[in-house]
Amino acid sequence: MRKTAEKKTEYGPDSLSGNSDTREVRKIQIQEESVQKTPAVRIQKVRHNNVKKRLILFGALVVLLLILTVFSGYLTPYDPDAQNLAIAKMAPSAAHLMGTDRYGRDMLSRVIAGSRASIFSALLLVAVSTIAGTAIGIFCGWAGGIWDTVLMRISDIFLAFPGLVFALAIAGVLGGGIQNAIFALAAVNWPRYARLARSQTLVQKTKTYMEAARLSGSSTWKLITKHILPNIIGPILVTSMLDIGTMIMELAGLSFLGLGAKPPTAEWGSMMSDARSMITTAPWIVFSPGIAIFLSVMIFNLFGDTLRDWVDPKRRI
Amino acid sequence: MKKYILKRLLQIIPVLLGITFLSFALMHVAGSDAVTEMYANKGAVSQEIIDAKRAELGLDKPFLVQYFSWLGGFLTGNLGTSYVSGKNVFDTFLSKLPATLLLTLLSVVATIIISIPLGIIAAVRHDRVTDYILRFLSFIGNSLPNFFVALLFLQLFAIRLHWLPSISEGVSLKSAILPTMTLAIAMSAKYMRQVRAAVLEELGRNYVEGARARGIRGRIILWKSVLRSALLTILTLLALSIGSLLGGTAIIESIFMWDGVGKLAVDSITMRDYPMIQAYVVWMAAIYVLINLVTDLLYHYLDPRIRLEAGKAS
Repeated sequence: MRKTAEKKTEYGPDSLSGNSDTREVRKIQIQEESVQKTPAVRIQKVRHNNVKKRLILFGALVVLLLILTVFSGYLTPYDPDAQNLAIAKMAPSAAHLMGTDRYGRDMLSRVIAGSRASIFSALLLVAVSTIAGTAIGIFCGWAGGIWDTVLMRISDIFLAFPGLVFALAIAGVLGGGIQNAIFALAAVNWPRYARLARSQTLVQKTKTYMEAARLSGSSTWKLITKHILPNIIGPILVTSMLDIGTMIMELAGLSFLGLGAKPPTAEWGSMMSDARSMITTAPWIVFSPGIAIFLSVMIFNLFGDTLRDWVDPKRRI
Repeated sequence: MKKYILKRLLQIIPVLLGITFLSFALMHVAGSDAVTEMYANKGAVSQEIIDAKRAELGLDKPFLVQYFSWLGGFLTGNLGTSYVSGKNVFDTFLSKLPATLLLTLLSVVATIIISIPLGIIAAVRHDRVTDYILRFLSFIGNSLPNFFVALLFLQLFAIRLHWLPSISEGVSLKSAILPTMTLAIAMSAKYMRQVRAAVLEELGRNYVEGARARGIRGRIILWKSVLRSALLTILTLLALSIGSLLGGTAIIESIFMWDGVGKLAVDSITMRDYPMIQAYVVWMAAIYVLINLVTDLLYHYLDPRIRLEAGKAS
C-alpha cells in the first residue's frame, strides 16, 4: 500500500510542475526510501533518472531544431532561390554539401530554408487543432446536455473518415496552398483533442476541490481556467507533442501531392515531388529533403515519447 | 448479442448520414458545379442557357433538397458523372476498388508476417539487446514518411538493381511488391509496438507467474496461454488499422502508378473532377465504418467475457 502511494506522488504528473511543495515531499520520501530501500523502488528510481536525462537531451535537440528554423534565413550558406544554371544538378561536394538542384540552387540552403514552411506549419497546425479541440472538449464536458451530444456526434462523423481521405478531399477542393493544407489537417485532427479534453474535464468536474472552489464563489470562467485547464493540460500537451512528428509527415505528404506549399517556395514535401523525375540522374535532390523530414520527425517523436514516459511512467512497458 | 448488433447498426445510421452530408457539402465549398464545368471551355455562353441547364439538372433547388436527391443517388449507386471522362463515377470507383483492396490485403499480410513475430520476440526479450534493437527499428520506421520510403525503394530495387518494375505494369503481383513493402514498413513499425505491448501486458499477469512457479516451461506458457489471450487484442488492433491503411494508400498508389482508387482520387483532385472526389470520400468512409462495425461485432463475439455479459443481459 505504502509503496504505491509513494510512487504516485513521486512519479505522478505533479513532479512536472516542480513547485516547492512537491519538492519538499520528495525530499522526505527520499529520506524514507533510504531507510527501507527495496530493489524494485531503486530500479524505478534509476529509470526515472534515465528518463529525465533523455528528456533534457531530446528537449535540447528540439530547441536546436527550432532555433535552426527561426534563424533559417541567416543560416543558409547560399541564397536558397538564387539560380545558376551553370552548376545545375551537381552532385554533393565541399562547396555544395547536398549538391544543387535542376536550376543550380544550393540544396543545403533550400533544405534549411524549407524548415520554415515544413516545421512551422506543422507546429501551427498542432497548435490550432489542440486549442480548438480542447476548447470544444472542455465546453462539452462542462456543459453536458444537448450541446455535448451534438458536438460529440459531429466529432464521431469526422473520425469516421479513414486516414488522410478527408484531408485530401478538403485540401483538393480548396485548391492547395499551405494554409488550406493546414486547415484540412486541423479539420481532421480536432476531434481527438476534443474527446481527450472532454473525458478529462468530466473526471475533474466531480472532484471535491471543484465543489470547494464553487462554494467559495468562483465564477464558471475562473473554475474552468484556474482549476479544470491546469489539471487536464498535461495529457493534452503530451498528445500534441507526439502529434508534431506525424503532422510534419502528413503536411509534407500533402505538399508532395501538390496540395500544400507550391514551388518555388522551399518546402520539403514539394521539393521531393518536384525532383521525382530526376531520381535516376540526381537522387540527392530527392533524398536531401527526405532525410531532413526523417530527422525532424525523429527528434520530435523522441521528445514526445520521452515526455510521455516522464509524465506517465506506467505506460512505459 | 442480437440486441447488441441491432444497437450498433442503429448507431451507425447517423454517422453515415453525417458522412454523406459532409461529402456533399464539400462540393459546395468548391464553388463550382457540373454546369460551370460543362461550359468552362466553351467560350462565352449566355446566362440563360446556363440557368436553363442548372434548372434541368436540379442545381437551382435549395441546398437540402439537392442533398437528399444526391443521397438517393448514393444509395442507388448513381453519384453523377465525371467531369473528365463523362462516365458514371460510382462505376469508375468500383472498377478501381479491387486493385486497392488487393494492395491493402497484401500489405496486411506482410505486416502480420513482419510485426507479430518481431513484437513477440521483443516482448519476450523485454529490456534486453534484442528488444532495444527491435524498438529502435520500429522507431525509425515510424519516423520515415512513406513517400520517402517509396522513393528509396524505387531508386534501389527498380533503378539500381532492375529487380522490379518502377511503374506498375497493370495489377500484377510483381508490380505489387514495392508498394506493398512500402505500406507494410510503416504499418509494421506501428503495429509491432502494439503487439509487444499486448504480449507484455499478458506476460505481467498473475497466472503467468503462477504457471512459472509450478514449473511449466516458459515456451509452453507463452504459446498455450499468453499468446492465446493476447491474440484477441492483436487481431482487433490489426482490423482497425486496415481502415486507416485503405485511406492511406493514395500517395503510394500515385508514386508507383498503381491503378487503384487512391491514384484515382489524386488524379481527380488534379483535374478538379469533383463528383469523382466526392464518390471516393463518401465510399472510403462508408467502407471504413463498415470495417469498424464488423471488427467490433467480431470482438464481442470472440471475447467470452463480453459475450457472456451480453447473454446475461438479454
